[in-house]
Amino acid sequence: MKIKKNKREMLEGDLTPMIDMTFQLIAFFMVLINFTQADQNKKIQLPQSELAKPPEVPFENAITLQMYQDGMAYFDGNDYTLDSLRQRLVVEKQIADDFKADVGGAKSVTVIIRGDGRVATGKVQEMIKLCQDVGFEKFALRAKEEAPN
Amino acid sequence: MKLRKNEVHGREKIEVPMTPMIDIVFQLLVFFIMTFKIVAMEGDFNINMPQAAAGAPSTSLQVPMKLKLRAGPNGALQSVALNNTSFSGSAREKFAQLQDAIVEQIGVADGPSSAQEESEIEIDADYQLQYTYVIEAITAVTGRIDPKTGEVQKLIEKIKFAPGAGG
Repeated sequence: MKIKKNKREMLEGDLTPMIDMTFQLIAFFMVLINFTQADQNKKIQLPQSELAKPPEVPFENAITLQMYQDGMAYFDGNDYTLDSLRQRLVVEKQIADDFKADVGGAKSVTVIIRGDGRVATGKVQEMIKLCQDVGFEKFALRAKEEAPN
Repeated sequence: MKLRKNEVHGREKIEVPMTPMIDIVFQLLVFFIMTFKIVAMEGDFNINMPQAAAGAPSTSLQVPMKLKLRAGPNGALQSVALNNTSFSGSAREKFAQLQDAIVEQIGVADGPSSAQEESEIEIDADYQLQYTYVIEAITAVTGRIDPKTGEVQKLIEKIKFAPGAGG
């Protein structure tokens, strides 16, 4: 009986501080969230380097090629062998040539290579060679930041 | 006068329903907390490899440096050699010695047409070598962290892979 009575009374708590804090939290998480990480494949363990600092200016035109430990390539959500990757890159080059013609077409595109630290170097070089054959010229090897020791 | 009138109005308690807003705000909060993940920062090493230049003689006046990375079993690093000097010790020691040798050759002076920009290094790595050692080698030759200031000093900027290496 007593409990029911208490419940019916309207409690007027001051919600303003709580809402303030909640908005602070939302703002904090919104600023920190980074959707560009979406193109990073979790299976790939990047090699570490103490010089790998995030670029001050992000690349204007870039495509990200990733390579697993076993030498399979990953691009734009799909897995490829090197042969099927070539066909895909030819299409990609056409797109770059058609739509970025004013800045130099495929030559202005940076190919970011995220290779697993355990993959054989030759496989990465084959992939670079393949990109060169297709017509890309700029490459960037990506590494994870490591605290200097 | 008008202001005063408004002030009087303002004193009237307006009941805004807070519950829907708080609901949505909590939804947003939960969304951002769930999608939040801490990722180590990533950086890039630039290499410029135009197709035509592969195998073509270098335009640089200096003799291009050649870095040889040889792989042992399982793709582990076996030997590191710059031109014809090889380095000994553990992998970390080899790269430290390599860096010292590079610093000795080109110095660390800054300037518009310094040796850092002119120099070019060609990396010749074995096919089986683990990629992580190549990144370590590139780290060693592109720059170092000044032990006194903690800032990055640039060494060689032009890096290329030996054409058809190891294949």
